[in-house]
Amino acid sequence: MTEFEPKIVAFVCNWCTYAGADLTGTSRIKYAQNVKIIRFPCTGRIDFMLLLKAFSEGADGIIVSGCHPNDCHYTSGNFHARRRWITFRGLLDLMGIDVRRIQYSWVSAAEGAKWADVVNSTVTTIRELGPYTDYAKVANYLEKEANV
Amino acid sequence: MNELIKKAASLLESGAVKVVIGYGKGSTDRTQAIFITKVEDCNQLIFDSRCIQNLAVYLTKAEIKRMGKPAIMAPLPVLRSIVQLAAENQLSDESLVVLGVSPESNLVEFESLAAIESYLQEHKIEIDEKYRKIIEEIKSKPVSERFQYWVKELEPCFKCYACRAACPLCYCTRCTVESNQPQWIPVASHQLGNLEWHVMRAMHLAGRCTDCEACYHACPMGIPLHLLNKSLLQDVEENFGSYGPSLNKANSLSSFNPDDKESFIR
Repeated sequence: MTEFEPKIVAFVCNWCTYAGADLTGTSRIKYAQNVKIIRFPCTGRIDFMLLLKAFSEGADGIIVSGCHPNDCHYTSGNFHARRRWITFRGLLDLMGIDVRRIQYSWVSAAEGAKWADVVNSTVTTIRELGPYTDYAKVANYLEKEANV
Repeated sequence: MNELIKKAASLLESGAVKVVIGYGKGSTDRTQAIFITKVEDCNQLIFDSRCIQNLAVYLTKAEIKRMGKPAIMAPLPVLRSIVQLAAENQLSDESLVVLGVSPESNLVEFESLAAIESYLQEHKIEIDEKYRKIIEEIKSKPVSERFQYWVKELEPCFKCYACRAACPLCYCTRCTVESNQPQWIPVASHQLGNLEWHVMRAMHLAGRCTDCEACYHACPMGIPLHLLNKSLLQDVEENFGSYGPSLNKANSLSSFNPDDKESFIR
């Protein structure tokens, strides 16, 4: 059996984390290849449902990252996002969706090293947690029915 | 109650309102919403413990708006919804007459929406200890067990969207759940679609919900979906301070405080 490779989706903002991840590359810092980055205008623009969609499409872990507080390109997008994530995290936790699989972070355009660190540590966490079978079972409910 | 009927009749007679929205006798032992346009029908109005539907849901409906200016029977949950709707610019002082019903079933008259807000200061939303315990209990389970609990609880849902129809704050004329290019929430009543629908419904009400439980009472399958709203209410209260509909304070999730605290962002 091959070793489990976590699939991780990163939702990042265009102005800070995406530029930060770019810096990681131009600085030639090596980091785990498990992450697929999706660029958004702003963290405030990330619909909470997209996180669930990522899980249902087979992601084992999620990273949500944007500008540090007070550094938002649109002044307050990340403040709104922060409130949204606080409430959304509470709801997911109540519903038994594993919040350990979602890593939130602030990574600025100058923090290339931090981005590598965030990705690496998330990959380590997810590797320990294993594939997200609970959610996959629910997401593939119809397929299972068809196979019967 | 007599007082309320008299007031409703005089409002209709003077032409101050065109329709009175209230509770009336329904089929079997139930009550239902009735829409009175004639003075002589006003004695059909009733109020007792069975009147749990949130009448505020009709205030934003186009077909009701077409009937003309309404007066509405409003026990506490309806009053809260009215203030929240006004805070979201869906109602104004001129757009309706509120016939408040106190917890002792007496008529309370209000001069303005601001008066309702100050009245509600004395009748704040309180999440029942019973529900706090249930939520605590669910949260104490291991994460996987919690997930299975909700998958099972949501299993009976066949997406009739009665919860949405009964909610005064679900007034969007186009709901994301109907967005189908691409299909955003799967329409079939399988586990994934049910889960996604209930997460979305609860989240869209986060920081707005006034805890009237109309969604729960409307659910034909008795799914405890109000627990999601109550839990969110607790979270909002805990993280962003006291909670309650307010005319001059923005909704918790449409505003922010630069000093908001959390412990999970790196």
